[in-house]
Amino acid sequence: MNETTIIKNGELTVEEKYQQLGDFIRENKEKSGYLIPILYKAQGLFGYLPSEVQRFIADEMNISVSEVFGVVTFYSYFKTQPVGRHTITICMGTACYVRGAKKILEALQEKLGVKMGETTEDLRFTLGEQRCFGSCGMAPVIMVDQDVHGRLTANKLDAILEKYK
Amino acid sequence: MNNIRTQLLLCHGTSCMSNGAARVSEALEEALKEANLDKEVEIIHTGCMGICELGPIMVVYPDGVFYQQLKPEDAREIVQEHILKGRVVQRLFYKKPKTEELVAMMEDIDFFKLQRKIARRNCGIIDVNTIDDYIGADGFMALAKALTEMTPQEVIDEIKKSGLRGRGGAGFPTGLKWEFAAKASGTPKYILCNADEGDPGAFMDRSMLEGDSYSVLEAMMIGGYAIGASQGYIYVRAEYPLAIERLRIAIDEMKKHNLLGKNILGTGFDFDVEIRLGAGAFVCGEETALMHSIEGKRGEPRPRPPFPANKGLFDSPTVLNNVETLANVPYIILYGADNFASVGTEKSKGTKVFALAGNINNTGLIEVPIGITLGEIVYNIGEGFREIKNLRLFK
Repeated sequence: MNETTIIKNGELTVEEKYQQLGDFIRENKEKSGYLIPILYKAQGLFGYLPSEVQRFIADEMNISVSEVFGVVTFYSYFKTQPVGRHTITICMGTACYVRGAKKILEALQEKLGVKMGETTEDLRFTLGEQRCFGSCGMAPVIMVDQDVHGRLTANKLDAILEKYK
Repeated sequence: MNNIRTQLLLCHGTSCMSNGAARVSEALEEALKEANLDKEVEIIHTGCMGICELGPIMVVYPDGVFYQQLKPEDAREIVQEHILKGRVVQRLFYKKPKTEELVAMMEDIDFFKLQRKIARRNCGIIDVNTIDDYIGADGFMALAKALTEMTPQEVIDEIKKSGLRGRGGAGFPTGLKWEFAAKASGTPKYILCNADEGDPGAFMDRSMLEGDSYSVLEAMMIGGYAIGASQGYIYVRAEYPLAIERLRIAIDEMKKHNLLGKNILGTGFDFDVEIRLGAGAFVCGEETALMHSIEGKRGEPRPRPPFPANKGLFDSPTVLNNVETLANVPYIILYGADNFASVGTEKSKGTKVFALAGNINNTGLIEVPIGITLGEIVYNIGEGFREIKNLRLFK
């Protein structure tokens, strides 16, 4: 678990989330260029980065909203739409592609009933893609949250997805 | 006092972990307790040993016997047969792909025999959870030597003499880069590590950070001393959670032992290092884009000049080095430039780590002297193609 983890904050109120985010920004005031770690903190608390949160960050850091928005939209890890409880990321890099990533993608799309970038209706899974996690020794690979699952075949998917409620 | 007579080195790199290495470890612990051997036999979690195709893998020391494709169910047999009775478990040995011949000892397996480890000298050997093994493997001796016996210019000269060139792909002479930054005017100065390895098929840097973050950190400090920087940043891509965790552990351990912070080793040298995560942008592997990302901006590259050595991070003189480049530095300082330069070719000294992936029998990581042929890598170390096809892509 690290700052990219989205903390399951069912118990925290919205005010408490803003409080924690505000505290974090203030604690790290002296650190230069700290916007990206702050965005990770915010996404960890809120699950994604709606415009109100971006505006809050801009105000607290005394920078323009457009600057925050520009950074959020540049990096694929930052989401501006709600995501599922679990993110499945399939590697479509060269080594995985050569070892059958496309079949894995098709199987996932069929099982979940979503296309790339979409979230299942029950908000359980969001399906995304990346170009290479560096686990090429066990291609083809998917990541579910921070767990790496390799040496995949379509028939292993059910057992893997079962673990993530 | 513990009388450890046997050590079980169990690979805990990403590949082996996702194939159940942690469960194998638990099963071994149980089996050792059951056999009353837990005070004599130690399980060590190491970084990637390189032969990811066959994980989870384990080496028994002092024997040197190599076991592969382990499952939790194998633990009891290994303990009862090999550890207790001295009878090796042949069915878990490495099997040569073409002849199916069984090979017991790690040192006899071609995949390992044909390698020359400098950057990866500690990967697969040292415990990833404490600093002790690294110190036991001469860790921080290079830093101590640099800080107490060498001037910054002498450090730069030694790196220049070694012929070390950037391992990130551009191959720029590392010593020269350090010298430019050392001579540049302006403070503060920064030293950065590029751990944003984004090339598909590449996982050398990931493995390095998972198995031996200490070498990279020690190198950053040596570089910091050489150029006059007391702040380092490691930019790691977010897709490497295990590498990030291992880096954190290493940094915490170093802080506990006063190997980071103020007055390191009582020499008056100050150095701090911060981890910064990437956020999924491939382009941030490029030097100027990476620096913009650390500055909290969109990771957009910019033209050069000005070069980072003169004007880089926060407009200050900055050196950015690749993970593998840095991993060579402590070795060069401790064992000498000539030692390093005795490996490789005339124009390209030392070794290179390669990742083997795709349609090849032995997928994983290897480190070989520069100058080795592609054929030797693919056919001798990789043991050939998995399915016979024409070679169409090599990167």
